[in-house]
Amino acid sequence: MGLLSKKDAKLITDPLADNNPITIQVLGICSALAITAELKASVVMGVAVLFVLGIGNVVISLMRNIIPSKIRIIVQLIVVASLVIIVDQVLKAYAYELSKTLSVFVGLIITNCIIMGRFEAFALGNGPWKSFLDGIGNALGYAVILIAVGFFRELLGSGTLFGVPVLGDPIEKTGLYSIGYENNGFMLMPPMALIIVGLIIWVQRSRNTTLIED
Amino acid sequence: MIEHIELFFKSIFIDNMVFAVFLGMCSYLAVSKKVATAVGLGAAVIFVLAITVPLNWLLDQYLLQPGALVWLGPEFADYDLSFLSFIMFIATIATMVQLVEIVVEKFSPSLYNSLGIFLPLIAVNCAILGGSLFMQAREIETLGLAVNYGISSGIGWFLAILAIAAIREKIRYSNVPAPLRGLGITFIVTGLMGIGFLSFGGMLTGGDEEVKEEPKEVVAETTEIEAEVDNQIKIVN
Repeated sequence: MGLLSKKDAKLITDPLADNNPITIQVLGICSALAITAELKASVVMGVAVLFVLGIGNVVISLMRNIIPSKIRIIVQLIVVASLVIIVDQVLKAYAYELSKTLSVFVGLIITNCIIMGRFEAFALGNGPWKSFLDGIGNALGYAVILIAVGFFRELLGSGTLFGVPVLGDPIEKTGLYSIGYENNGFMLMPPMALIIVGLIIWVQRSRNTTLIED
Repeated sequence: MIEHIELFFKSIFIDNMVFAVFLGMCSYLAVSKKVATAVGLGAAVIFVLAITVPLNWLLDQYLLQPGALVWLGPEFADYDLSFLSFIMFIATIATMVQLVEIVVEKFSPSLYNSLGIFLPLIAVNCAILGGSLFMQAREIETLGLAVNYGISSGIGWFLAILAIAAIREKIRYSNVPAPLRGLGITFIVTGLMGIGFLSFGGMLTGGDEEVKEEPKEVVAETTEIEAEVDNQIKIVN
């Protein structure tokens, strides 16, 4: 990476694995899991958070010296809420069906702990460029988990990816279905998102044993 | 009266904030290591939801909905301020939490000692904003129902965090595989509890109501059912 120094690149790559916001920092699970029954919704949610966190981090970082520390939470909430309103209006204008699927979960990006957490922990103490990279990195780490969960739930639950059938046709009995494969409708139920995240944590921590809690 | 009872049980069991829509997961996972603290946070959530949901209901009804400004005069009937609802709701919540904290500290120091430390945490708890947003999305009709909705979803959240805290206290003595310890097993246990709560789905409405509210899943399910039916027909033929 010619553009980025080694330290800056680390800001982006760290949250992708060893300091992942969802599986390690346990932030931002609130608005994430309910919408992962479809891959498309997961991707859109990831992009929305990328936008809000990237820009929000820069704004907060630029204002960090003029925000009185007593009212900083309210200032942060106002910044996030304005950005989320933009996302919500754009979605309603260009992807109405999807915004119906996501329903209140777009609004819940405001209280997504990743965003407040990164504002508090990083943007209030670092310059705009670093904060931007940190925002992008954490949002990508969030999106990776969301997409992984969405991938497995949609693939195993309805046999499609992005709405396109990939395992053959369950009605015509082609592809995998011809040898007796069945969709697991249970994967579409909300609790399975939690269990899949639990399994992802399991895999990640058995590969990197330093992360194990006691 | 009957709709009050129905909404009450529905918000606690069927649309449980944690198990059905994953609201307030961050504090649910972070503060559930001990039963005592979990009870404190749960009580604070009930308290704040009971105040903010009706307040935001009034705000929605008389300010934000399309045509809500009509009480100012007929020429305001076309206004639609609903795009402002996120910012208004979160501002109300943040102010109310601050206010409640000040009032409680002044009048009941003992309550403040047990609840107080949780109140600032709650301003950014997804369950609180989620309560208001779902109240808006589900078009709760009267102020009374809004109060009911706030309290009962709070109780649902309270039950969930109480249960997981009790389970986590016991899990400490079990031999969980090392990489699953802590966070991983909590996720999986919550998922299993969620599956248990799914069984409340048929309690009030025979499942019909649920079908209306989650069109996404229904589509998938109906196509499956259709597929099944088609298969059956083919077998018969």
